[in-house]
Amino acid sequence: MKPAAFDYARPKSWDEALKLIADGARPGAGTQSLGPLLNFRLAQPPTIADLRHLPDYAGVTVVGDVLRISAGTTHAAIEDGVVPGRLGEIMAATARRIAYRPVRNRGTIGGSLAHADPAADWVAVLPALGGTAIALGPKGERRLPLGTFVLGIFETALAPDELLRAIELPVLPAEARWGHWKFCRKVGEFSKATACVLRVPGAKPRAVLAALDGPPLVIEEASALVADPEGEAKRIVAKVEGLTPWRTAIAETALRHAVKDAS
Amino acid sequence: MSRISVSLTVNDEPATVEVEPREQLADLLRGKLMLTGTHVGCEHGVCGACTVEIDGVPARSCITHAGACDGASVRTIEGYGDDPVMAALREAFTREHALQCGYCTPGMLVVARDIVRRLPDADEARVREELAGNLCRCTGYRGIVRAVLSVLADRKKAAA
Repeated sequence: MKPAAFDYARPKSWDEALKLIADGARPGAGTQSLGPLLNFRLAQPPTIADLRHLPDYAGVTVVGDVLRISAGTTHAAIEDGVVPGRLGEIMAATARRIAYRPVRNRGTIGGSLAHADPAADWVAVLPALGGTAIALGPKGERRLPLGTFVLGIFETALAPDELLRAIELPVLPAEARWGHWKFCRKVGEFSKATACVLRVPGAKPRAVLAALDGPPLVIEEASALVADPEGEAKRIVAKVEGLTPWRTAIAETALRHAVKDAS
Repeated sequence: MSRISVSLTVNDEPATVEVEPREQLADLLRGKLMLTGTHVGCEHGVCGACTVEIDGVPARSCITHAGACDGASVRTIEGYGDDPVMAALREAFTREHALQCGYCTPGMLVVARDIVRRLPDADEARVREELAGNLCRCTGYRGIVRAVLSVLADRKKAAA
């Protein structure tokens, strides 16, 4: 289908972009998720504010122990290694399995997170990596923990007048262990269950269970899961409401695989 | 209904067209510039038929708004001229029976060229993974995979 009519705006400054958003415009980045929703007419905004030409829209900067990834950084750039170090390895492997390369060439990490599709890869992975979402609003920047950023289906902690500006993640040591498993019957399709486990020496393991039609389930203290993946995966998945038996089975499988890969 | 003027480069030729902001790049190419080699399949980014090059990399023209392409450089299947990789791929697609109805072929070729240039060491599994975003309902993919692998192998041989 073709989208309902909308106006197109290309703001030149972040202030201008925020004004457009305040007036009801929908922010657009790579539009790889928004585009289909527009074509299906599930989204019918009056205006699209195209953020792609704003200063510092994309790119990665290192500030001490923290990496700041501008929201407009594409999945393809991350796949190709724009994020350095062990964190970059983990993120590159994640990015490579998002949809397809032509989608990754335009789709962005910030767009994906702010869109908050429960099945999206960054929605599952970023809470496991810890760190902070940087929101930009009329009063300036605000810091939101990634663990509680996605609140529900297409719902985030961003206020209606805010834009997602960047993501800050802690640098990881080379010894950090990572497991990420998602269930897709075909390469690139939406996941039916995703699990991630991060183990950093000297810190408590962290796990995420996602892609279950709701917000990601973030387990900040996953020692029990690492110690007894079989039993604990069952206990964790049992807490998720409304799952069909097959979904329960693959969610448990996802957690077990993620633990194994991170060991 | 508002209309905007979009100036872009298509196959090395400058073009300026009046469009509705809701129009997609695929509509602009096919409807305004009569470049009908770009095919429109699913219109939500899944089937890959509409894949073209935008600013040097493959992208879906069915979920990229025309307005967003103001200032962009676009290359469609009509624009590869004597590009040596595309020439080799066209020949290999013919030889390996990598198409029947041809609907997916323009998108397949754009992605195949990206695979050959970006992943010179790709094996069959990787080629299949990279082609997963382009659906073909005729061939069962075997011919397409063979065509891409044969171009990769020929280029390796030529470089050795």
